Amino acid sequence: MGDEDVVLLDFWPSPFGMRVRIALAEKEIKYEYKEEDLRNKSDLLLKMNPIHKKIPVLIYNGKPVCESLIQVQYIDEIWPHKSPLLPTDPYQRAIARFWGDFVDKKIYDLGRKVWTTKGEEQEAAKKEFIECLKLLEGELGNKAYFGGENLGYVDAVLVPFYSWFYAYEKCGNFSIERECPKLIAWAKRCMEKDSVSKSLPDQDKIYDFVLHLKKVFGIE
Amino acid sequence: MAKSDAAVKVLGTWASPFVMRVRVALNIKSVAYEFLQERLWEGKSELLLKSNPVHRKVPVLIHGDDTICESLIIVQYIDEVWPSAPILPSDPHERATARFWAAYLDDKWFPSLRAIGMAEGEDARKAAIGQVEEGLMLLEEAFGKCSQGQAFFGKDQIGYLDITFGCFLGWLRVTEKMSGIKLLNEINTPDLLKWADRFCNDAAVKDVMPETEKLAEFAKMLRGRVRATPKS
Repeated sequence: MGDEDVVLLDFWPSPFGMRVRIALAEKEIKYEYKEEDLRNKSDLLLKMNPIHKKIPVLIYNGKPVCESLIQVQYIDEIWPHKSPLLPTDPYQRAIARFWGDFVDKKIYDLGRKVWTTKGEEQEAAKKEFIECLKLLEGELGNKAYFGGENLGYVDAVLVPFYSWFYAYEKCGNFSIERECPKLIAWAKRCMEKDSVSKSLPDQDKIYDFVLHLKKVFGIE
Repeated sequence: MAKSDAAVKVLGTWASPFVMRVRVALNIKSVAYEFLQERLWEGKSELLLKSNPVHRKVPVLIHGDDTICESLIIVQYIDEVWPSAPILPSDPHERATARFWAAYLDDKWFPSLRAIGMAEGEDARKAAIGQVEEGLMLLEEAFGKCSQGQAFFGKDQIGYLDITFGCFLGWLRVTEKMSGIKLLNEINTPDLLKWADRFCNDAAVKDVMPETEKLAEFAKMLRGRVRATPKS
């Protein structure tokens, strides 16, 4: 592996990995994609992320960068000229970071509860999940993207979860589009871009994966 | 008027390590600010609820007409608006490393520190202490790599990771006092032990680091409140 090579250790259904794929695609950076088997983690993964032992891991100039939000900002700083993801104004950057942090704090865990629980717990998770999506819709407003006229940081951080929406809907027996039509319109707009559509797996594949996980973990 | 000249206000409490981060960052930049103290036990002020409707938490930075929330986001904002005496490293990989350890501190280490105080039973307490000590050894190693022989994680001056970690020292000392265990010590964490003193004595930190005694009293009062609250 040459020093200039970019390597991404990833796992195909991971929304965190998808963020990095989108960022690299936006910047038109060629990289080597290495699929990890999370039940049998590679020596490279364990060496490059000894603290958390998690994907995604971005390796550039032989040095690892871990944690998807950090990786997206790193990519934006290394290759600043093509498709900038964060705005230049400090206040706008703070807003973008705030909503990226909000997505990280809420969406993954709530989504997980939607497909792993039942009854009251699931209903509570669905309710809070939709409330969070509505807050994000409010932040989007009438803009084409969270980044304004172009796809930006928050778009890259949030849109990966769109590939999981069908699975959430089937498991939770609800329609996200009915509750948050503007957000779905935004997601479809993002999917018109190659950088997004080529980075997200098919929703059906994610649903099959979720069904498989439910079997493995004994979740009804 | 340049944005950097607009009035700066910090909404917070004296005991919060997250609020302290913001005050240290402003001190490093020699930026004057008004400190609006929230009395959280009396309920959240209208200003707080209006400025941070999503999380309803401190700290909040109010700069002119703009409000910024989340301590690490505020610190980065401060670093970008007032570029003298830089807080984040200039090298992108060093920046990513500083952010990595900051996330580790917030997501893993500090919750395990708090778990010591809330642990019920000796086994739970020992497990929580073990986790904190393990984390400190990782941070000792990280200090060696980041400081490169200099005084701080930020090398010759206080930087992002110093602020993120250093502002937890008050609560670390309270935990040491209440548990009777020296979590930072000469055997396991000799470099961090010395770094902690340097951080606390820094001009930007001295006046905003709460006294351990006062914090310990506050912690006791909080614990009393938590135990008194009926569990639903």
